[in-house]
Amino acid sequence: MTDPIGAAQPPTGAAGGSPVAVVGSPVPKAPQIQTRSGGVAFLFLLPALVLLAIFLVYPTIYTFFLSFNRGRQGTFTQWVGLDNYVNLFTNDPNFLDLSHFPPSGALFNNVLWLVTYIPIVIFIGLVVAVMASRVRYESLIKAIVFIPQAIAATALAVIFTFVYNPDPGIGLLNAILGIIRIGPISWLGDPAFVNAALIWVGVWGAVGFATVILSAAIKSISSEVLEAARVDGANEWQVFRRIILPMVSLPISVLAVTLAVNVIKLFDLIFVMTSGGPGTNSRVIAFTMYQESFPAGLFGKGAAVAIVMLLIMTPIMIFNIRRFRTAAVV
Amino acid sequence: MSGSSDALAGPAIQERPTTLSGRIVRLISRSPIHVVLGLVAIVWLAPTIGLLITSFRPRDDIQATGWWELPTLRFTADNYLGVINSQGMAGAFINNVMISIPSTLLPLLICSLAAFAFSWINFPFRDTLFLLVVALMMVPAQVAFIPVLQLMKPFGFTNNYIGIWLAHTAFALPFGIFLLRNFFITLPRDLIEAARIDGASTLGVFRTLVVPLSVPAIAAYGIFQFLWVWNDLLMALIFVQNNANRPMTVAISGLLSQYGTEWNLLAASAFLLMFVPLAVFFSLQRYFVQGLLAGSVK
Repeated sequence: MTDPIGAAQPPTGAAGGSPVAVVGSPVPKAPQIQTRSGGVAFLFLLPALVLLAIFLVYPTIYTFFLSFNRGRQGTFTQWVGLDNYVNLFTNDPNFLDLSHFPPSGALFNNVLWLVTYIPIVIFIGLVVAVMASRVRYESLIKAIVFIPQAIAATALAVIFTFVYNPDPGIGLLNAILGIIRIGPISWLGDPAFVNAALIWVGVWGAVGFATVILSAAIKSISSEVLEAARVDGANEWQVFRRIILPMVSLPISVLAVTLAVNVIKLFDLIFVMTSGGPGTNSRVIAFTMYQESFPAGLFGKGAAVAIVMLLIMTPIMIFNIRRFRTAAVV
Repeated sequence: MSGSSDALAGPAIQERPTTLSGRIVRLISRSPIHVVLGLVAIVWLAPTIGLLITSFRPRDDIQATGWWELPTLRFTADNYLGVINSQGMAGAFINNVMISIPSTLLPLLICSLAAFAFSWINFPFRDTLFLLVVALMMVPAQVAFIPVLQLMKPFGFTNNYIGIWLAHTAFALPFGIFLLRNFFITLPRDLIEAARIDGASTLGVFRTLVVPLSVPAIAAYGIFQFLWVWNDLLMALIFVQNNANRPMTVAISGLLSQYGTEWNLLAASAFLLMFVPLAVFFSLQRYFVQGLLAGSVK
């Protein structure tokens, strides 16, 4: 099968040893045709380079300098040095509050998302992928968990606003819990539950993606290897632990990075379902950037949050780009 | 997949059982798998089906009983008529189309041109420049909001579709160029050199060889980009300032804060928003999955 975007699929590392070995060490050069002048290349690149310069490069520099200003009206009239950053990290309980345990604030909520959402998505995705590979309705079950990938986060938010409704006549979850005499609970209105409720929506939306990626990796394990292990007396747990798990460890790391990027950019679910509430309990950094910049008009502070996002994103993307290189892509 | 042996059935390689008792043993030994997968199917289907049913129920019924109380269900199309006629959702749907189509075609064109230069034209510092473009993937859109809004203000781009077209296009470029370049370099070199020897111009090679041969990759990327834009909320919140131009995602988030209890309208609008992506999903499943997998690094 031709695979138009194989490059972006997670390298499985199966069969041929490490992906680096498949590639060979020198970074392969792109093929080329002789041109009569380098000007031709420039014409092909011109629209892309102009747009990138105006919409990405210039704004990054602008926002960087704005983050050192008070930034009213988005102007550079009042230089405040690192004040915006210092205030964010030490003086803004809505962004980060370490004065009590557990900590709170938008940045801490992102950490909470990272350490729960990523392992849960990968765990459920792995269970579904392994189990589905052993039944005849595999493609059906994969399609069912994959459907949320097609749906806008805004629609996911509406779907779960219904599920979580505190009225057990509307909210499915409280109706079910009512059977065993629990609740009703205001999932999105109670600071104790709101983040768990939101994280579950994220998990529900992402499991299908994890399942498809992990399922492809599991299928790349040759059936002879699995049969041989079983003939030698390995039980199913040993087959999973000693063969399947090592074979999917690379795709899992790729998934983890992808999910981490999702968490840092997380906005729509929070904006639609809770607007960061109750109070500011469910804020995340991308929401804070929007909220402080536009409704509140604190552009300097918003710019500082945007730069914090950029700084968090940088090592993740460097990891990604290095992975592309080893996969003979760049 | 088929015929793989079970731990419970012993270490020998198992054939698919042919006798009735053999099939029953097999079914029982696997029943935990069926139970877990059945549970997964319910948990992943019930919320969406609930919303679909709710969207067709009369307003008073939604307040009175749950959608899962199947005997009490009555259906009506009033909610859909309501959101289309009185909530401006028909206009928002058209805005989605007006925003999504140029925001898909423009990146496809610009990314293809640039990816072709990065893969088949030789020029100084080419790979360095390519790496710089790829590195821009790490810039979150948030970084651009304030300065780009200021740039657009004097031109009034946020009062029509131009602002959102340009923003979506620009932010699609690093990833799109990366993806298409990686496909273009896999095209057969002999073919392209032969065309050059036959006197084809650079643009001719691009138009008559590279693009036609890359249709699967371009289509997969196009579907990914289309759904990305169709489902977007954040960019539209920032770059569409005129209410008459806002897409469905923005309209729905407004509906939610405006009428917290108008569940019937909310459900119907959400399904209108989901309709196009689901139709794409069921009709173009293969490209769709490829597109999303490819988009995973974005």
